[in-house]
Amino acid sequence: MADQNLVENDEPLLVAKCLSKSFGRIAACRDVSFSLYPGEVLAIVGESGSGKSTLLQMLSGQLAASAGHVSYRMRDGVTRDLAALGEAERRFLFRTDWGFVHQDPAQGLRMAVSAGANVGERLMAVGWNHYGRIRDTASDWLTRVEIDVARIDDAPRTYSGGMRQRLQIARNLVTEPRLVFMDEPTGGLDVSVQARLLDLLRSLVAELHLAVIIVTHDLAVARLLSHRVMVMKGGRVIETGLTDQVLDDPREPYTQLLVSSILPP
Amino acid sequence: MNAPAYNFAYLDEQTKRMIRRAILKAIAIPGYQVPFASREMPMPYGWGTGGVQVTAAILGPQDVLKVIDQGSDDTTNAISIRKFFAKTAGVATTTATEEATVIQTRHRIPETALNANQVLVYQVPIPEPLRFLEPRETETRRMHALAEYGLMHVKLYEDIARFGHIATAYAYPVKVNARYVMDPSPTPKFDNPKMDNCPALQLFGAGREKRIYAIPPYTQVVSLDFEDHPFEPYRFNAPCALCGAENSYLDEIVTDDKGGRMFVCSDTDYCEGRQAAGHHGSLSAAPYKEKAQEASNG
Repeated sequence: MADQNLVENDEPLLVAKCLSKSFGRIAACRDVSFSLYPGEVLAIVGESGSGKSTLLQMLSGQLAASAGHVSYRMRDGVTRDLAALGEAERRFLFRTDWGFVHQDPAQGLRMAVSAGANVGERLMAVGWNHYGRIRDTASDWLTRVEIDVARIDDAPRTYSGGMRQRLQIARNLVTEPRLVFMDEPTGGLDVSVQARLLDLLRSLVAELHLAVIIVTHDLAVARLLSHRVMVMKGGRVIETGLTDQVLDDPREPYTQLLVSSILPP
Repeated sequence: MNAPAYNFAYLDEQTKRMIRRAILKAIAIPGYQVPFASREMPMPYGWGTGGVQVTAAILGPQDVLKVIDQGSDDTTNAISIRKFFAKTAGVATTTATEEATVIQTRHRIPETALNANQVLVYQVPIPEPLRFLEPRETETRRMHALAEYGLMHVKLYEDIARFGHIATAYAYPVKVNARYVMDPSPTPKFDNPKMDNCPALQLFGAGREKRIYAIPPYTQVVSLDFEDHPFEPYRFNAPCALCGAENSYLDEIVTDDKGGRMFVCSDTDYCEGRQAAGHHGSLSAAPYKEKAQEASNG
């Protein structure tokens, strides 16, 4: 069993090759290549406008690349090019094997329906047809993301910012995805709530053996969560490596600037 | 001066051809909403402009038309549509379900079982069952195309979470021919089982939303539900106060401001037919009529 896991972990889950995207004359993303392995957390850092979000959208199949391609190892072990997937397959992948945590929870949640239904939606989309079981799973997940089960029937618009973000995470993880994309998951939250969310994310990622691609401008988030860091500037990846190595011993002048601009606590 | 002012059944022939094409496509793909170039009709939106256009397109000189509004043959809407076609098409009209070949309806399916020579035309206000959950038309179309109907169950889940049972009482979503999820127009869910495997052709017209859809005869229509909360048709637990029917859909009529109420069949034709056949309910006027007659005779 352990051996099999090792073999499985040996092959990359997601491979990006020479990804580029230009909007007219503006090159938002240039020539990005990397591999992501199961259970690995990759942080993409850089200032606004450096092409992080464009890259994330291309990786998650929401935006067609101008050049290059992304391939993903499906649950059946076959690696396939995302651009070659049909729309139905891509959407199915998106709501089963993948998760996407938006910076603004209103984008990732249905604000008008209850928390339970928000968590249960993915289950119902894959054919769960037993109310009791859906509800039990939803309560289980609310507990795991530290939301009081008594609030299962409240709509997320009555939730605080931190709770909404945790609900969004539960909604994404309920189908046990192998890969989760996160776009600034802690943006707009106050520091203590951020700390709690990061703590939760870190334990869930370890527990579920999730691969995560997290886009952030907050180096502290990258340091806490990620194994590897990619630094982007002007659409290019300028430095990549193990998190502590990049953050403690930055090579590129821009990375040095980025690291030194963190305020001392 | 006596030259007919309108083409047969009001609409011009080209328009009727266009609508018939949409109807044929709708029948070919049961439950799929076919867009059509809905016309302005001489009545406001919400009064059945979609249903009227479908009826106009399928009506022939030999047809017998019945129009129902909330089960009743004698409300303003039903009477004016019936008169409209009597005037513009010169077709025979009726209130008896058995005699009609085309039945235009708003909110009800007749209690009398339909037969294979009949067409039921529904007036539909909002044809998209996913609309209130997903406001984007582009997205709902894609969801229909890919048969992604998880969202429909989210609505039912919400009902159970809030009320303890599926509280949707009308416009209850159905799956047609195991493929498309469809809004059966605002008929009470009591009528949903009548749609399943019905010998009559069922056509749905939405004038404002410019959509036509259909259930061909003998097509499977399944009401969506959960395994542990199965679909249940709803009916007030009372007999009809006029004809004593135990199995018809009932309207509640408030009779005073002290909580008094009576339940009567919403299908007036069915109720009158039963009364004529000698059935009486607790509040039936018939015994008094007989007594009055006896008094005048005596």
